[in-house]
Amino acid sequence: MASLKELKDRIGSVKSTQKITKAKQMVAAAKLRKAQAAAEAARPYAERLASVMAALASKVSGDDAPKLLAGTGSDKRHLLVVVNTDKGLCGGLNSNLVRAASAKAQELAAAGKDVEFYLVGKKGRAPLKRNFPGQIGTHFDTSHVRDPGFEEAASIADELVEMYEAGKFDVAHLVYPTFKSALAQDPTIDQIIPVPAPESAADSPNTPGAVVEYEPGEEEILEELLPRYVKTQIFGALLEIAASEQGASMTAMDNATRNAGDLINKLTIQYNRSRQAAITTELIEIIAGAEAL
Amino acid sequence: MALHFELVTPAKLVRSEDVHMVVVPGAEGEFGVLEGHAPFMSTIRDGVVQVFKTEGGAPEEIAIEGGFAEVGDNGLTVLAEKVES
Repeated sequence: MASLKELKDRIGSVKSTQKITKAKQMVAAAKLRKAQAAAEAARPYAERLASVMAALASKVSGDDAPKLLAGTGSDKRHLLVVVNTDKGLCGGLNSNLVRAASAKAQELAAAGKDVEFYLVGKKGRAPLKRNFPGQIGTHFDTSHVRDPGFEEAASIADELVEMYEAGKFDVAHLVYPTFKSALAQDPTIDQIIPVPAPESAADSPNTPGAVVEYEPGEEEILEELLPRYVKTQIFGALLEIAASEQGASMTAMDNATRNAGDLINKLTIQYNRSRQAAITTELIEIIAGAEAL
Repeated sequence: MALHFELVTPAKLVRSEDVHMVVVPGAEGEFGVLEGHAPFMSTIRDGVVQVFKTEGGAPEEIAIEGGFAEVGDNGLTVLAEKVES
C-alpha cells in the first residue's frame, strides 16, 4: 500500500502530464486548421497541371516519349519513397505508414524485385532500418524547416529524377498518408516514376480536336512538365503528412488527456480511502488507550 | 470582352480575374494574349508577367519563376513555380 505522500505526488505528476497533453492537443487543433488550408490552396495548381499533363501525354506517346513517362523498359529495381513525420506524439500514424511500406516491400521482394528505400522525415528511419537492413538508401531531412514546403518537395524531386536518370532505379513509389479526418489517415501508395499515364484527355478543358499550338514543341514541353509533375506529387504528399500529423496528434492527445483524467480520479479515490483508513486507525488507538486507563 | 487570367503557384491561386491583355515571357520570346486567342501552350522563362487591366492602361508587373502558360477556351492560365509580389 502506497503511503499518502506517495499517492499525492503521483496525482500531482499525472496532473502535470495531463496539462502537457491538453496543451499539445490544442496546438495540434490550431495547426491542423492551417495545414488543411494549405492543402486546399495547393489543389488548383495540381488540378491544372494534371489536366495539362493529360492533354499532352495523349499526344506524345510511343518511342519518342521521354523516359520519365515511358519508363526504363524494366521494372527490376523499385524505390520506395516513404514520407514520415519528424516529431512523435501522433498516435499510430508513423507505425501505420511503416507497416504499409514494409508490406509493399515484402510484396515486391516476393515478386523477385530489388527494393530500396528513400526516407523523408525522421520517424520511419529506425523501424525500417531494423526490418530492412542494408536497403535504406538516402534519407531527406526535413527537420530543420518548420513547414516543409514546395522548396523541399522540389529538392526531393530533383534528387529522385537525378537518381532515375543515372539508372539507380526503375520504378518509384510514394508512400504517404491520405488525410481523411482527424480520426482516419490511411497510408497510400502511388507510383510516381515513371509517371503513370493519365486518364484520357476527354475531361481536359480544351475540347478534343482543338488545335493547340505548342512552343517550343510538344516533347520539349512534356519534358519540362514531367519533373514538375513529380514535384507537385511530392509537395502534395508533404501537405498530406502535415495535415495528418496534426490530425493524428490531436486525436492521440485527446485520448491521452482523457486517460490521465481517469487515472487522476482513480488515484484520488485511493488517496481518500487510505486517508480515511489512517484516521480510523488513529481513532481506534486513542479509544483503546483511553479505555485502558 | 475580357480575357480570363489565372496565375497559380503550388502554394495558392494568386490571381483569378478578367483583364484586357497579358504579356507572358515565353521561352521563345514574349507574347501577348488577348481575348479569343487560339489554343496555345508554352513554357516560360523567369521574368515578368505584364497584366493590362484596361486597354492602354499602365501594366501591373508580376515577377515569376519557371512554369507554363496555357491558353484555352477558358482563358489564360499561368502555372508558375514561384511568384514574387
